Amino acid sequence: MKALAGLLRRDLLLAARQGGGVGTALGFFLTVLVLLPIGIGPDQATLQRLAPGMLWITLLLSVLLSADRIFQQDFEDGSLDVMSMSALPLEFVVLAKAMAHWLTTSLPLAVAAPFLGILLNLETATIWPLLLSMILGSIGLSLIASIGASLTVNLRRGGLLISILILPLYVPILVFGLSASTGDANIAGPSLLILSAMALASLVLAPLAAAAALRAYLK
Amino acid sequence: MQQFANPTRFLKLANAALPYIWIITLALFAVGLYGALGTAPADYQQGETVRIMFVHVPAAWAAMMVYSIMALASAMAIIFRHPLADVAAKTAAPIGAVFCFLALATGSLWGKPMWGAWWVWDARLTSMFVLMLLYVGYIAIWQAIEEPSRAAMVARIVALVGFINIPIIKFSVEWWNSLHQPASVFRIGGPTIDRSMLWPLLVMGLAYTFLFLALHLVSMRSELGARKMRNLLIARGGRS
Repeated sequence: MKALAGLLRRDLLLAARQGGGVGTALGFFLTVLVLLPIGIGPDQATLQRLAPGMLWITLLLSVLLSADRIFQQDFEDGSLDVMSMSALPLEFVVLAKAMAHWLTTSLPLAVAAPFLGILLNLETATIWPLLLSMILGSIGLSLIASIGASLTVNLRRGGLLISILILPLYVPILVFGLSASTGDANIAGPSLLILSAMALASLVLAPLAAAAALRAYLK
Repeated sequence: MQQFANPTRFLKLANAALPYIWIITLALFAVGLYGALGTAPADYQQGETVRIMFVHVPAAWAAMMVYSIMALASAMAIIFRHPLADVAAKTAAPIGAVFCFLALATGSLWGKPMWGAWWVWDARLTSMFVLMLLYVGYIAIWQAIEEPSRAAMVARIVALVGFINIPIIKFSVEWWNSLHQPASVFRIGGPTIDRSMLWPLLVMGLAYTFLFLALHLVSMRSELGARKMRNLLIARGGRS
């Protein structure tokens, strides 16, 4: 547990000192938000109807773009080799790294996204349900991203491959995330429960899968 | 399963069985197509277009079956270190992808006259589309990683993680209100489809299964050959 916390602190420190992580992802998010109304047209009613879906998709893409960083640096400079030989099982190393990714990228984006939705004329009543569903969903997003990152850790053009491998797995989170942000309590309640269930399930399964994939590369 | 683990023994068996499997496949297709295009009645609502069902439904079954086989083979490769399991999973993927494409394409052709649109974003269609993407991702992993043993280890995980989608496809028509009709053959309480249409459908399903078996064995045989050749080239010091 202490090693897990230490690893998490190390990754957070690295992210904070290197900078660029959250900032770049947020910058990408804003860029897409600017492009969307240009592509769709500035009609306020249309934008309002499309806003939750567009925000969710932008969130998925921003998380995805930052996914390849989860293991790459540590793999390249050999720290991952050292970590894999430590007493801490590789599954927990993955868990720490996925948590660091969540704390530095997915969570800030999930918190910021509903408020940036104001740019898309998002209904103010939808902001809070959207915030809740995005925070719950982002846990799964980061964990599933760690599977994709581990599968492609040593590949050139890994970024493109990640999107093919991971976006299909994001579909359930997108579906239930959107139905949880509708504001209708009858639909939103069960959807939030399913989102939480998916977050918990990926918390258990994703480190197993990602660690197995990393072992293939660390041999 | 373990006694087939020896590739030489497997090849011997596969070579012996293949001619019979091809004959059974052709016979099943002949009977199935005769039933589908000849004896089965036109639907009272859909007319002759209902015959698309006999190509469409078995293709969708086969696409899901092949992915399940792929996932099962990947699990066997992890659990038992079965040397043929990775070969089986790798060669099954392109065949399954073609079945999946066939199901999507014929479904689209069927959807145009029935629903008035080539494509609708409905739960069943979307989840089949995702299955197609999973096949593509799995094949891409094999192509992206050069070293076969490493590619095998990574591909196993891709196959197993993607298996989550199979139950989603199966139950998509029950969980969500869908334009696609609910299950009418494999359901609790027996099939709701008439006998005159049911038997050609089942025969076609069997024919697709045997077609997959035949293609899979041929593909596994050539994959084993390619690996042998690669090893020989490396042993001779040549470039693979």
